[in-house]
Amino acid sequence: MNVLVGIKRVPATAGQITLTPDGQEIDTRYLGFTVSPHEECAVEEAVRLIEKHGGSSTVLTLGPEAAIDQLREAMALGIERAMLLETDGREWDPVATAAAMVEAIEAERAAGRTYDVVMFGNESADSAGYQVGVRVADALDLPCVTGIKALEVTNGHATVRRQTESGWEVADVPLPAVLTVKEGINLPRYPSLPGRLKAKKKEIERSTPQWQDGGLEKIRLKLPVQVGHTVEILGKDGDPGVQVVELFQRLRLL
Amino acid sequence: MLSLEVLTMAGRVALDIGRPLEAVAIGSQGAGAAGILSSYGVSTLHVADDPRLAEYAPVAWAHAIAELADQVNAEIVIGTASDRGGEVMAHVGARMQVPLAANCTEIAPGDPFIVIRQRWGGSLLEEAHIKARVKLLTLAPHALTAEASPSRTDVTTRAFTPALDDRDFRVRLVPQVEADTGKISLAQARVVVGGGRGVGSAEGFASLEELADLLGGAVGCSRAVTSLGWRPHSDQVDQTGTRIAPDLYIACGISGAIQHMVGCRAAKHILAINTDPAAPIVAQADYAVIGDVQKVLTAVNAEIKRVKAGAPSRTPA
Ligand SMILES: Cc1cc2nc3c(=O)[nH]c(=O)nc-3n(C[C@H](O)[C@H](O)[C@H](O)COP(=O)(O)OP(=O)(O)OC[C@H]3O[C@@H](n4cnc5c(N)ncnc54)[C@H](O)[C@@H]3O)c2cc1C
Ligand SMILES: Nc1ncnc2c1ncn2[C@@H]1O[C@H](COP(=O)(O)O)[C@@H](O)[C@H]1O
Repeated sequence: MNVLVGIKRVPATAGQITLTPDGQEIDTRYLGFTVSPHEECAVEEAVRLIEKHGGSSTVLTLGPEAAIDQLREAMALGIERAMLLETDGREWDPVATAAAMVEAIEAERAAGRTYDVVMFGNESADSAGYQVGVRVADALDLPCVTGIKALEVTNGHATVRRQTESGWEVADVPLPAVLTVKEGINLPRYPSLPGRLKAKKKEIERSTPQWQDGGLEKIRLKLPVQVGHTVEILGKDGDPGVQVVELFQRLRLL
Repeated sequence: MLSLEVLTMAGRVALDIGRPLEAVAIGSQGAGAAGILSSYGVSTLHVADDPRLAEYAPVAWAHAIAELADQVNAEIVIGTASDRGGEVMAHVGARMQVPLAANCTEIAPGDPFIVIRQRWGGSLLEEAHIKARVKLLTLAPHALTAEASPSRTDVTTRAFTPALDDRDFRVRLVPQVEADTGKISLAQARVVVGGGRGVGSAEGFASLEELADLLGGAVGCSRAVTSLGWRPHSDQVDQTGTRIAPDLYIACGISGAIQHMVGCRAAKHILAINTDPAAPIVAQADYAVIGDVQKVLTAVNAEIKRVKAGAPSRTPA
């Protein structure tokens, strides 16, 4: 079987977000880059599917040239091929992103490469549009299940489970299908050194789609207002045990 | 997917643009909601009439909504940003070939049509313009407080039969009932004891388990801990795991990354235990103990057991 995974390069934010002065971007001068945890799990799931059923896996990103780093990280984990849909760094909205991916998948099909499973994250870590997978599925007329946390493939079918507030939901879908993955579906492996070295040498297939206006335009970013707030330090002098237990009593937890 | 917050927001927006507020009910829920809708200013309730819609089939539900939106010439369609709400609205957007703004907190209709929407789980906000014939959006939870309108409306209930074909039902999600484990769930616990990389090892969580037991709470963890394989993902508190709202969240050896804070910011109080006074969690906590998590928890657990055994308080004078 053949599996395609869509991953998006995003800044690895930590304790605090700082914006560029024009409010257009996250200030990434001191940040690394990564992908959403959901997408890390989608990559892992793709590698496991191929290990179990045989076939080939491909990773796809729409982003600046630097997103090659994220493609190589995926290849270091065992993904075979990588495709970069190269942009000039401008933000593409979900409609435009999905359209570019559909075009790429159709070009693949024309070249004789079809996919049984197309995987995405449930939502991207940065813009969190919650929709690229659904739009790709709709355009390709494929069944789609979002937010899956378990996947079993047998005889051209996928049985998937996802979590709800009160338990689980199950669906059985014929392949090919689009599945969007949530973190927790698996525990991603760490890349091995030989894996990294191999990935470094691999070729990246590139194309340059035309930017389009999908109809959702980012005007600016802003940080939410922080309510002023003080912290009380306990156990500075004296037994922290006693002071913490007093706090529990004050909060009526004991 | 009846959300009073969505009704409140939709009512305000409808008033703003001078259009009636109409609601759609799909599936087995909804149809009996006319009473509630009346106090939120809804003029018409459209009930999708197709027995196949009784169970959740995202594409079919979405196509019913898209068809109705066209039928009534909707200018704006608002859904709730729940798992199902978000999924259905994404399909509506795909079917109608219009953009969708997910997780909005504010809506200013007009030209341009402006929304404020959440990124990074709400750690960052985006001002965006929606340019489309129909504006689709989902409302983030807790974006506003639900508020009934002062006067009640007469709700006309109207059945409509969407044109659905079998392909719209290719994906059906069937609920699976789980055995109750009897454990206090993270989402409901009054006290959550969360552990991060600073706990040091899987074994290090024993003291957190003990504290949670003593307080009748649950143990949670950060993503660093699940990635290390110390705890299962079901314990993870954050943007991608469980969001919690306890009376007290005790964050042990957790630095306070924004993604983690998204999961616990609904806690009434936060107590941080950390060796580093400059850790972001300390600035965001209400109480903090600066010290080694194992040492602090050993002292805390011993003191709780002493107090529970009826010993007099050791409060220094
Ligand atoms: C795109 C993206 C998405 C992410 N999504 C999530 C997410 O959903 N959820 C999530 O949790 N994380 C997420 N992360 C990761 C997140 O940014 C942090 O890396 C993670 O939360 C850190 O976990 P931690 O606080 O346990 O570890 P660390 O950041 O390593 O912090 C450990 C803390 O323990 C303290 N400490 C060390 N030793 C001791 C001791 N003996 N006693 C007391 N304190 C001690 C240290 O001072 C430090 O503050 C995401 C990251 C990215 C880039
Ligand atoms: N630029 C991109 N390149 C590759 N995949 C993407 C891109 N944007 C979104 N995706 C995929 O679509 C999923 C959902 O994104 P979104 O709809 O933006 O929340 C992500 O988790 C990715 O798997």
